[in-house]
Amino acid sequence: MYLYDELDRTLIAERVGEFRDQIARRLAGELTEEEFKPLRLMNGVYLQLHAYMLRIAIPYGTLSSAQLRMLAHVARHYDRGFGHFTTRQNIQFHWIKLKELPDAMAELASVGLHGMQTSGNNVRNITTDQWAGVAPDEIEDPRIWAELIRQHVTLHPEFSFMPRKFKIAVGAAAQDRAALRIHDLALRLHRNGKGETGFEVMVGGGLGRTPYLAQTIKPFLRKRDVLSYIEAVLRTYNQFGRRDNIWKARIKILVHDLGAEAFAKEVEAEWQSIKDGALALDPAVIAEMAARFRYPDYAPLDESPPALADARRADRRFDAWMSNAVAKHKIPGYAIVTLSLKPEAGTPGDCTAVQMEAIADLADRYSFGEIRVGHEQNMVLPHVAKRDLPRVWRALDAIGVATPNVGLVSDIISCPGLDYCSLANARSIPVAQEISRRFRKPELARELGRLHINISGCINACGHHHVGHIGILGVEKNDQEFYQITLGGKADDDAKLGTLIGPAVPYAQVADAVETIVTAYLELRERPDELFVDTVKRTGIEPFKERLYAAH
Amino acid sequence: MPLIKAGRIVEDRYVRVDDTAPIPDRIAVIVSAERFLAEPNALVRRDGSVGVLWPNDRRVAELEPWLGHLALVALAFPKFRDGRAYSQARQLRERYGFAGELRATGDVLRDQFLFLLRAGFDSLEVKKPADAAAFAQVIKRFSVFYQPSADGRLPAQRRRLSGLAAPRDDCIAGADSMLQEA
Repeated sequence: MYLYDELDRTLIAERVGEFRDQIARRLAGELTEEEFKPLRLMNGVYLQLHAYMLRIAIPYGTLSSAQLRMLAHVARHYDRGFGHFTTRQNIQFHWIKLKELPDAMAELASVGLHGMQTSGNNVRNITTDQWAGVAPDEIEDPRIWAELIRQHVTLHPEFSFMPRKFKIAVGAAAQDRAALRIHDLALRLHRNGKGETGFEVMVGGGLGRTPYLAQTIKPFLRKRDVLSYIEAVLRTYNQFGRRDNIWKARIKILVHDLGAEAFAKEVEAEWQSIKDGALALDPAVIAEMAARFRYPDYAPLDESPPALADARRADRRFDAWMSNAVAKHKIPGYAIVTLSLKPEAGTPGDCTAVQMEAIADLADRYSFGEIRVGHEQNMVLPHVAKRDLPRVWRALDAIGVATPNVGLVSDIISCPGLDYCSLANARSIPVAQEISRRFRKPELARELGRLHINISGCINACGHHHVGHIGILGVEKNDQEFYQITLGGKADDDAKLGTLIGPAVPYAQVADAVETIVTAYLELRERPDELFVDTVKRTGIEPFKERLYAAH
Repeated sequence: MPLIKAGRIVEDRYVRVDDTAPIPDRIAVIVSAERFLAEPNALVRRDGSVGVLWPNDRRVAELEPWLGHLALVALAFPKFRDGRAYSQARQLRERYGFAGELRATGDVLRDQFLFLLRAGFDSLEVKKPADAAAFAQVIKRFSVFYQPSADGRLPAQRRRLSGLAAPRDDCIAGADSMLQEA
């Protein structure tokens, strides 16, 4: 966990005070809605279909049990008893009243939580691997870098009114669990030929109306230069990014229009002029930041406790969950446990106040008080002793977060869609719910293996449909909801955008279409362990297309 | 439109001169970028301070040869949401060492004051009189900053290293007083 000090807390409190005053000025008519809008957005406040929505940042996906309890409290007292975890390691409350917002924010601030820069044309919440600090395949904890960057871009005097939002992700593991290439800017910590660690810098990724994968503009950046280089990228974008058309304002369009090479040159020239200035990170600064991340006092434990093997033999449901939701921890005797927020017929990413409190209690008892939130809209208990797994499972099962579907067909990533969002063209949640009903049998889901379905209710692509193995995009045709389906997208280290399979299908046929596609996969795959996405890669979309449009 | 300089509302001693109007002698003037670049030598040699109103879509590098002779550069915020001039301000101050008056013009509201000062502006043409009147109060709103910037205040990381703020083990302490303040 990162330990907030007096300075961090003071800044958040001052921000709440400022926003309280801005709301008062809006209510008194001193600010027009046009003037107020960017100010509320900078504090994570959207106006949605039914009410104001408050989006709270969970920097790099790490929460303390005290913070999770506070989220439960806000859900209960200011909302309707639940919150929604998003694809960017944030949580949203959809039913907040404007006049109560400052009080909710002040309560959140008391545990170091805030909505700063979860919206608006600034640098958004910095995301990373939800297994940061515990994954066996990482070089070092990427959160140290995420926090250095987070602080640097918070209320940045130069970059608070950019052409459009700006999303940064940091990864440090062999496997990309942070969807790096779909970010405006991504940093991948790696080792160069000389054994030194530094960052690969990628820019210009993003989904939405014009999807692009980020391109590498600097293969190896020294750690001392990370803030100055980001500053140079942001400055280049702030000056030259388009502001005449909101659909062309993201950095991906600038990078594409200039070409990655010309863009990199522009950044390089700017960077050369600032890299040895105040932003050069000296080792003392990096060490101070690293020292503020505290790690659990792990006990020497048995990596394979006999009681665990017994429990697996004794209970098939427990065994299935173990195979699905439990991953290897870097410390022997411990495990990383994923909590599925995707129950059958549920709303992906929703979590009730009761569940949050129970999870906070479990974290205190079994995971050193720490919880993680991932971009797949699931939660994680990052440090569970393996001997405790049977007890933890029973407790998670009792509150409905032990569905053994992590990474499987019903672990659907979805935006809130037309049920909540004023931008959406079509519903997302009922589509996800229906698909999860069709594939509710765990044996079938296991048989299908890893299969990511991503659903967005409009072209803004909050559900990352372009990088779903099966991507579903809601569109509107003559006042009817239709859904375009893409196949073969991936958000991992070999990221790829999906290919459109054919004409959009109506709302009532989406789940049928997914079933047809999945059945086709079972026939087409060469071996049981050939993943869906690999079959699509091998065969192309044609055989899927034939079956889908013959059937419907 | 009130002008704030050195923390106070002051009389503007500059006169804006249209591109077609004659330039008066011995009076501080602000001219457009086009006019300035058409006759920069004559303008910087005249008797009286010269300032230039620079648009936000033109590189400030073009001004570099003249910065030592310019008394003022005014940058433009055509809309409050259009933040290009913040980058221009920082480049003028930090990259090109411009030491004259750096003025923010256009859609300048109280919610930008701190950003503007920290980006290197030292004079602000404020759109609403009530915002100008609130200046002293608004700029005191924050006492902690994470970035090194033009106003010379120590960023949080430097304060930590110099021992001015020690991390504490729980982030709940201090909550009561903060809630009261908030």
